Amino acid sequence: MQDVTNFKPLIVAFCCNWCSYAGADLAGSNRLAYPADVKIIRVPCSCRVNPMFILRAFQRGADGVIICGCHPGDCHYTSGNYYARRRMSLLFSMLDYLGIERDRTRVEWVSAAEGAKFAATMNDFVEKVTALGPNKRLEDLRCKK
Amino acid sequence: MQEVMRDKLVAKAKELLTGGVVTRVLGWKRGEFCYDLTPGIFKSADELDKEFDFGDFAAPNLSKYLIDETRKEDGKVAVFMKPCDTYSFNQLLTEHRIDREKVYVIGVPCEGMIDNKKLSAAADGIKNVAVDYENVVVETLWDGNVTVPRESVLAERCLNCKSKKHVALDELVGYEDEITECNRFDEVARLEAMTPEERFEFWQGELSRCIRCNACRDVCPACTCEKCVFDNPSSGVESKAPSDSFEEKMFHIIRAFHVTGRCTDCGECSRVCPQNIPLHLLNRKFIKDINELWGEYQAGAEVGSRAPLVNYTFDDMEPSEAVERGDKNA
Amino acid sequence: MRKISLDKLDLLFAKIAENQSLYIPSDSVEGAKFTKWTNGTALTNELNTVRGIKDFFFPQSEDLMKFKMQGKNIEVIDIRDEHEDFVIFGARACDVRAMTVLDNVFLHAEPVDTYYKNRREHGIIMSLACTRPVETCFCGTFGIDAANPEGDIVCHKTDDALYMNAVSEKGTALLDSLSDITEDADTKAVDEQKALIKERMTKLPLAELTTDAFGGGKTEKFFDSPEWAKLSESCLGCGTCTFVCPTCQCYDIRDFKTNDGVVRYRCWDSCMYSQFTRMAHGNNRNSQKERFRQRFMHKLVYYPENNNGMFSCVGCGRCLAKCPIRMNIVKVMKALEGTDNGSN
Repeated sequence: MQDVTNFKPLIVAFCCNWCSYAGADLAGSNRLAYPADVKIIRVPCSCRVNPMFILRAFQRGADGVIICGCHPGDCHYTSGNYYARRRMSLLFSMLDYLGIERDRTRVEWVSAAEGAKFAATMNDFVEKVTALGPNKRLEDLRCKK
Repeated sequence: MQEVMRDKLVAKAKELLTGGVVTRVLGWKRGEFCYDLTPGIFKSADELDKEFDFGDFAAPNLSKYLIDETRKEDGKVAVFMKPCDTYSFNQLLTEHRIDREKVYVIGVPCEGMIDNKKLSAAADGIKNVAVDYENVVVETLWDGNVTVPRESVLAERCLNCKSKKHVALDELVGYEDEITECNRFDEVARLEAMTPEERFEFWQGELSRCIRCNACRDVCPACTCEKCVFDNPSSGVESKAPSDSFEEKMFHIIRAFHVTGRCTDCGECSRVCPQNIPLHLLNRKFIKDINELWGEYQAGAEVGSRAPLVNYTFDDMEPSEAVERGDKNA
Repeated sequence: MRKISLDKLDLLFAKIAENQSLYIPSDSVEGAKFTKWTNGTALTNELNTVRGIKDFFFPQSEDLMKFKMQGKNIEVIDIRDEHEDFVIFGARACDVRAMTVLDNVFLHAEPVDTYYKNRREHGIIMSLACTRPVETCFCGTFGIDAANPEGDIVCHKTDDALYMNAVSEKGTALLDSLSDITEDADTKAVDEQKALIKERMTKLPLAELTTDAFGGGKTEKFFDSPEWAKLSESCLGCGTCTFVCPTCQCYDIRDFKTNDGVVRYRCWDSCMYSQFTRMAHGNNRNSQKERFRQRFMHKLVYYPENNNGMFSCVGCGRCLAKCPIRMNIVKVMKALEGTDNGSN
């Protein structure tokens, strides 16, 4: 049984190469603190994130998954984040429909200049997921130790 | 109870065959019993006379077969389509899966198809069935005639029929009809109104019955990938069995997502599920969300329409708002 | 022969469940299903369950072993242990015969499948005669007597009592342990029921279907039949028929990579699937026609050829009821029969 008070969630953050990934860098060089349990996966665009990536992250032990992309209008490829926005709206709504806690998933727009926003977003997200406890509803027992 | 009878369709098919308009006919073949019609190709008047059947059990949607059939040989194939089948057909045309020039669509009006699962649950040992608008009289092996209300054994998709209008047509046998008013989203709304715990319980119970026979996928007119990601050994998610409860959730979420905006709600997935999982409730959730978030959209209503997931507007709702929107509705 | 009145059925179930798990067919949203008995679990009125008793002995997915990786070391973990004792009540004649079909594959040929054997040794089957067969039943075609099922304890349920007759060592021991709640019975009521069942079996729509045209040695006769193309033309290539079939026994062994090792498991496979028995050189059956043919040739020709004429279909009718496009073994048999001119 996991000790809830010491529970540190594993967070997977898919970050767009052109904005949030640089935002994370900036947060680092500005020495802004955010939990080390946030694992960043660099993607070329928020639109690259396939719903399967998100489910697979949960399967492999993630307690929360966040997607960070460029602000609407700022996509490096013009419109990728608009498609991502629609897709994730549907996917997250479906996960909610299946009874998966909605605070385990999030989309946030973070630019390369917003190091502070990146850190604040991660802190807030980790806090919400910590409150939920370990991911039970989308877990694969075979991947649990 | 169907207004248009089998003989009329056979006559039409024969006329097209002998007139040289088509080289073959895609329809339903008579089975062992009164209810087990199988999709099949007819190449002669003789075959049509002997084997063709149509009636309250002509449930299979024939549109998907056209992908292979139109590639097989030259010449046109005539196909019989109920109104809901024509939506799937249009969607396949939109996705360039079928050569329209090679198909001759014969529209057949539909009064609703009987669900075999419901019927065999209502009566044991079915020898024969007589159907009228009100009732289904089942001649049984051991209990004589058993009468059940027709509505109680109609397929779910027919009880919530979205349209009696053919949206693709070369010729109509019988009468023209209209798009119907239906309450097909009521059940989705009922689930949405539950607590997350209740919803999880509900879907856990439903999806855990999945045996991964893939019938839902293989029958689905929107699932037309040459190689499904779940059959692809190099995809990393290939699986042949629900070995962990995660697997069936992933399979059904991803499958529903892959057909989002392309699913016409034809209901074949739920019809064929041997484990009685209400799979249409996943697809309908997506359809309902699409309608509410970005405006009414019916896949297959017209050829060439731009599906919602390959489209966007600058001021679309944010995902967090989209998810929380449910609370405001409740 | 022992009997217990039907109003004491729950008492019987409770008594059996005292010492082992008991599974009885009960209604559920998916249809009738073998359910672990707890107080209040009610016996279904349906003739048969959506899936047979195969699952108890050969589950759809089971772990075989585990590997744990630490640095360059691989630890192999044998996860086998003794299966718990269990009793299945209410198995039908077709499903019980299906176990013989599976035994031939897993027990009576080398190497013996220890996972299957373990379950088989710990399971007791209480079969139940069918008084109300349905139109899709054709067990008689394969020489199965619905009035006299096989099993460890053979049961007949009449209007007022359940009659039980132990026919194996395991069955005798179980029935003996129930002696204080059951009473001795003569065979009169059971004989009457058997006569009724026999009469009903002759009235089934598929009663005339025979296996005369099939069996070992018919490979060349049917393999290139033009019927296969027609029969398989609408087959979707799904696995419904194989997964609801009580005798289909093909499986795949795969590795699942966990976060710190590997679970090696096996799961049912279906010869209808495009990736079935895929090998390094690719697939050996590339069209749905070939895959479709494999399934029925296996049931009607190859299996009997290797198992003294026993067919690997038991006529339970599940594929008749569940195939999405309503193709099934009866249609196949009838179509092929038509091409059989009696020679060979």
